[in-house]
Amino acid sequence: MDRVPILKIGDVLIVSIQGDLDDQSVLTLQEDLADRVVATGAIGVIIDITAVEIVDSFVGRMLSTIAGMSRMLDAETIVVGMRPAVAITLVELGLSLGGLRTALDLEKGVALLSRHGTQGTSDLSAVGL
Amino acid sequence: MSHPPAPRTVEELTITSNDEVVTVRQKVRATAIELGFSLVDQTKVVTAASELARNTLVHAGGGQANITIVQNGARRGIRLVFSDNGPGIPDRQLALTDGWSSGGGLGLGLSGSRRLMDEFVLESEPGRGTVVTVTKWTR
Ligand SMILES: Nc1ncnc2c1ncn2[C@@H]1O[C@H](COP(=O)(O)OP(=O)(O)OP(=O)(O)O)[C@@H](O)[C@H]1O
Ligand SMILES: [Mg+2]
Repeated sequence: MDRVPILKIGDVLIVSIQGDLDDQSVLTLQEDLADRVVATGAIGVIIDITAVEIVDSFVGRMLSTIAGMSRMLDAETIVVGMRPAVAITLVELGLSLGGLRTALDLEKGVALLSRHGTQGTSDLSAVGL
Repeated sequence: MSHPPAPRTVEELTITSNDEVVTVRQKVRATAIELGFSLVDQTKVVTAASELARNTLVHAGGGQANITIVQNGARRGIRLVFSDNGPGIPDRQLALTDGWSSGGGLGLGLSGSRRLMDEFVLESEPGRGTVVTVTKWTR
């Protein structure tokens, strides 16, 4: 099982998913993120899926769950870097991912959150989980 | 008249753990690349494989995945067979309905895989097991 590192930059948590995660790792990431949102009082979560080659119903559900969970904890989730082939496949699979905000890349994702009141700072701390 | 070439089995994989579901995805991807599928079609085939392999693990407690290269005239294709000796599916029509799940799933695995692939056959008998056979042809 791989543990996905969660970075904290200012008030925002950033997760960059690398490679092909098994289902248990996906669930662990979901729980780790919930814990980190509460522990840090983050106002935003950015999930970078640039390196993700497929999003199936399991990963899709994880993304929606994280978005719903963080919304309840007063944080906004933005998924960035979805590959075009992944987007096309998701639509055909039937996954709407309603309520999930997306941005083309990390920079645009951060900009989206900034507009919602985040102060971008240079306080970059890798959180070893 | 020449006979069509026999299907060539590339991989016979067991599905008994989350790790092996990942292995199925990787082997399917490698075969799809070898066959020259476009990136979008590779992604569709691997996504369907992921759904069906997970079903085998979660709903049947494990089973097997076979990856085969098939040929129809000039066209080549990838055929995936997921088989198990699990509880089977009592109502196949219902199981193929978008959004229907016997557990807490999204109910998109079977119906979504059917859309992502060119051919989809679901055979199942309660108490005996399930076989899902899907095929995608190169364009
Ligand atoms: N190999 C199998 N053995 C027994 N039952 C199965 C099998 N595959 C699917 N099913 C049944 O068919 C239903 C629909 O499957 P489907 O993959 O569409 O949805 P799901 O697995 O419940 O949710 P998800 O969208 O997360 O995949 C399942 O809930 C299960 O009851
Ligand atoms: Mg399923």
